[in-house]
Amino acid sequence: MNFLGVILLTYLGLLAVTFFIGRVMPIDPVLAIVGDRAPEHVVQRVREELGLNKPLYTQFGIYLKKVAQGDFGTSVLTSNPVMTDIKRTFPATIELATLGIIIGAGLGIPLGVWAAVRRGGMVDQIVRVMGLIGYSVPIFWLGLMGLVLFYAKLDWVAGPGRIDVAYEYSVTLETGFLLLDTARQGQWDAFRNVLSHLILPASLLGYFSLAYISRMTRSFMLSELAQEYVIAARAKGLSETRIIWRHALRNAMVPLVTVVALSYAGLLEGSVLTETVFAWPGLGLYITNSLQNADMNAVLGGTIVVGSIFIGLNLLSDLLYKLLDPRTRTR
Amino acid sequence: MNSTDASARKESLHDWLMSERPHSRRQASLGRAYGAWRTFARNRLAMLGLTIVVLLVLVAIFADQLAPYSPYIGDLRTTRLLPPSAAHWFGTDDQGRDILSRIIHGSRITLYVVALVAVLAAPIGLIVGTVAGYAGGWLDAALMRITDIFLAFPRLILALAFVAALGPGIENAVIAIAITSWPPYARIARAETLTIRQADYIAAVQLIGASPWRIVLRHIMPLCVPSVIVRVTLDMAGIILTRAGLGFLGLGAQPPMPEWGALIANGRLYVLDQWWVAAAPGAAIFVVSLAFNLLGDGLRDALDPKGVK
Repeated sequence: MNFLGVILLTYLGLLAVTFFIGRVMPIDPVLAIVGDRAPEHVVQRVREELGLNKPLYTQFGIYLKKVAQGDFGTSVLTSNPVMTDIKRTFPATIELATLGIIIGAGLGIPLGVWAAVRRGGMVDQIVRVMGLIGYSVPIFWLGLMGLVLFYAKLDWVAGPGRIDVAYEYSVTLETGFLLLDTARQGQWDAFRNVLSHLILPASLLGYFSLAYISRMTRSFMLSELAQEYVIAARAKGLSETRIIWRHALRNAMVPLVTVVALSYAGLLEGSVLTETVFAWPGLGLYITNSLQNADMNAVLGGTIVVGSIFIGLNLLSDLLYKLLDPRTRTR
Repeated sequence: MNSTDASARKESLHDWLMSERPHSRRQASLGRAYGAWRTFARNRLAMLGLTIVVLLVLVAIFADQLAPYSPYIGDLRTTRLLPPSAAHWFGTDDQGRDILSRIIHGSRITLYVVALVAVLAAPIGLIVGTVAGYAGGWLDAALMRITDIFLAFPRLILALAFVAALGPGIENAVIAIAITSWPPYARIARAETLTIRQADYIAAVQLIGASPWRIVLRHIMPLCVPSVIVRVTLDMAGIILTRAGLGFLGLGAQPPMPEWGALIANGRLYVLDQWWVAAAPGAAIFVVSLAFNLLGDGLRDALDPKGVK
């Protein structure tokens, strides 16, 4: 099956699942609109207007068409179209996750390389322990404890939220990425404030991707360093630094791209928990707020957007793997 | 005298178990289990993990005897939000309830969820994987495509949407987690089946005239169980963390149930001044999922016949 077919089928699966979830929902959408005292003919008419009397596959067809047009319905909570809400909240999530993955990959890859080169040494042990903790600790709990220590006790960073109220209305939103917007408008006080809010949650996300990335880097590097071309390079008299960074790491980069893409997808998904802890006004917080208010349109819209990006990154990493590794090319 | 007797008997038992030429089927399988156990027991971290898991089971069984106070009723006048002390090791929460007692009772919910997810998800994965691997052809392609689709799904978000639709509660959280966690087991079971399928004894069973279902259920599936068990143990930590996340968002067990994730959510309201309310349950989650990770790593190394890591 070709790549496009796989993508289409997977997205269709995601939409089928969300459609199914929307249908089995115990809250009757008709009752939500007309209330439980409406006369029978009103209920019937609303049911027809919503298309709920049509057969399931027709309803699914209508649903697909609407989603393709970016129409996820209206949020009960904010009374905006869900798509508008998502557009407003999403940059905050992207800003946080991107800084997180930069920290995670920027530190994780060198650490992993170091651990592989000095196998069994200090750094190797540290990478192992950090990996174990990263796989075992609840991210929202670590976030809370981080807030207690670095915000309440030490006062090194700003607390929950994206920016202090004092700066909130002086910054005009252009891209939605506050770091970029404040920098472009030359508001350096606000920039520092944004950074101070951002650094704790971003380091937290960075730690979780670092735990995964460094562990994978280590094992990829170990298998590369055992290859014969490394022996050949050594016999040729190349410096060890050059062998490690130019020869072995370059080959290890191929699977590593996949790992980084996957952990970026994981960070976007995990935003539901981190954003709740840090009151970060992103898509994750939007989904959880809607959840608590039984706002299903918003929940499903958010699920589809996060799910689509997750699936996209997943499949993209497969494709990248094939593009980067000459051995898996078909031609 | 007695001790030398005992050690001599122990020696012979060891020899009997490690015998190169077992006389019966039972001796062979016992010997194999013994060998795996010896590899496992040499791994200190894995033994630590096993100890913690056994302790967790014991704590869950004897929760009523171990908990010093009631997990549900606190004294609002005198014991509200007390810091850790000799009387309340982990402090008390906003309802004046002893946090240690609540964590001890919460271990039951943790084990219940973990066991239920394993019992639901592992058989689904086993059946899908073995059937796909043995049948081959279009059935294999279709089942594996479905598995791939589920693998590409974001687990936490999907579980969240499921629980949102079904309504919060432990059982619904379990169903949501189980639905999203079977695909890796199916992958493993299929890979194992593909190697077993060509074995001579399968050909022999086919010649006798066994039905495909019988072959899959009686002759292939039992051999896939060990690797799936290892994978399930490694996944336990993830299951515990997902469930704690759902509990934290208020989608797991409902108050006043002492579910660990919900305890953290409750403590979140006071975290800047009374940090202990959230600290202790999170530490409990951390220790237990760490234990499952160590145990899973050890099991994988002990049961993997190739012994390569």
